[in-house]
Amino acid sequence: MNIVEFFVRHQREILQATLEHIWLVAMSMLLAVAIGVPLGIIVTRQPWLSKPILGGANIAETIPSLALFGFLLPVPWLGERADRLVIVALTLYALLPIIRNTSTGIENINAAVRQAARGMGMTDNQILWQVELRLAMPTILAGVRVAMVLTIGIATIAAAVGAGGLGEFIFRGLAMVNNQLILAGAIPAAALALLADFILSLLEQHLRPARQ
Amino acid sequence: MNAETDRGAAREPVIEFRNAGYRLPNGQAILRNLSLTVSRGETLALLGRSGAGKTTALKLINRMLDPSDGQVLVENKPTTGWNAIVLRRHIGYVIQDVGLFPHFTIEQNVSLVPRLERWAAERTQARVKALLDLVDLDFNQFAKRHPHELSGGQRQRVGIARALAADPPILLMDEPFGALDPLTRGDLQREFQKLQQRLGKTIVMVTHDVGESLLLASRIALLEEGKLTGVYSPPGFLAAKEPVAAAYVANFRMYEEAERANEHR
Repeated sequence: MNIVEFFVRHQREILQATLEHIWLVAMSMLLAVAIGVPLGIIVTRQPWLSKPILGGANIAETIPSLALFGFLLPVPWLGERADRLVIVALTLYALLPIIRNTSTGIENINAAVRQAARGMGMTDNQILWQVELRLAMPTILAGVRVAMVLTIGIATIAAAVGAGGLGEFIFRGLAMVNNQLILAGAIPAAALALLADFILSLLEQHLRPARQ
Repeated sequence: MNAETDRGAAREPVIEFRNAGYRLPNGQAILRNLSLTVSRGETLALLGRSGAGKTTALKLINRMLDPSDGQVLVENKPTTGWNAIVLRRHIGYVIQDVGLFPHFTIEQNVSLVPRLERWAAERTQARVKALLDLVDLDFNQFAKRHPHELSGGQRQRVGIARALAADPPILLMDEPFGALDPLTRGDLQREFQKLQQRLGKTIVMVTHDVGESLLLASRIALLEEGKLTGVYSPPGFLAAKEPVAAAYVANFRMYEEAERANEHR
């Protein structure tokens, strides 16, 4: 049985696992953006918070993913459901690039633009929404892109704690020494990562304002 | 220092520095004990070297900075008693690097303050047309373009149009023509001179260019190391005996002398 036949025969399971995978990644990316972008903004407003925030995100980034799943297992509400736990863990991994790119994107805005915005009488909120976030958007998206590709990869390990996703095939394939099973997880995961990367890079291009 | 006598309404003070000083958080004094009055309709040039405190003085007017000592009054009210946002929208602001928003079209850039002030769309658009016309840019040609598609001189024209958008009675300009090549600068200075006469705004302009001060200002305030060393009318400045002013004039004359020398050759 070649790989194509294998994929055709098991298309339902593969599709199911892919959808689970996408769900895990999408939920954690939503959370990571919802938390990371505001944290990135706070870093630019309160520089003294930059070390603890970026340091914390950095530490989360360095914990091996299996170990992080293990750490979170005994946490009361989280440990109850594997997908919950995995989403939180993936969110922690995705935070660093998003926080860092948000703050860098805002800090790199031309000083004259910010000075003009303030001098014309824009409020802090108006400067944030109409100028800073808008101009930092391509950089923020680049961070989301890095986080997304990272998360799609790490989500394969979610199967180790029973959260499903494409890692299911990889772990089973490893246990059964079955390359086709491994590929049934690895190929869609890689394709997802490439697709996400491509779509976000298009969006990033589209939003990049021409520089002066 | 303030030799001018009152001439009724024409001398109504609009901006007043009262022993104003500004120190950095580390205690370093940038501006010391500045007392100076700018009357309605006049153009005051703040002339001085880099680091003399000119830009700081300008930023005290629209409350980009608050004075550490003394007071700055705008329309007889201390800036610290003004809401900073209201005050800034009441004052046009032009800076050297223009600071146009790269993600906005020219129309959106110029209409920023009217939009912030929630003007009706038709009124805003009519205003943008009038303003682009005022700075000699064709609306149909430029309105939908982005800043990076314009030359430096065109961008600065847009910067001036943007500052005038909500028809503020006061205009602050921080080396508005400093980044331009000499020919473009000359063109803009001449056009701006005409604009000044038409609009009758109260203008405070930061510059280190003596020629620009003489051309555009009704009075020249000379700053040196954070201190005001004198206020002059343009002819008074050219005849000034004080060492700092005389040094500027001597420097300025150098070009005239070079011109004369070449004529006789």
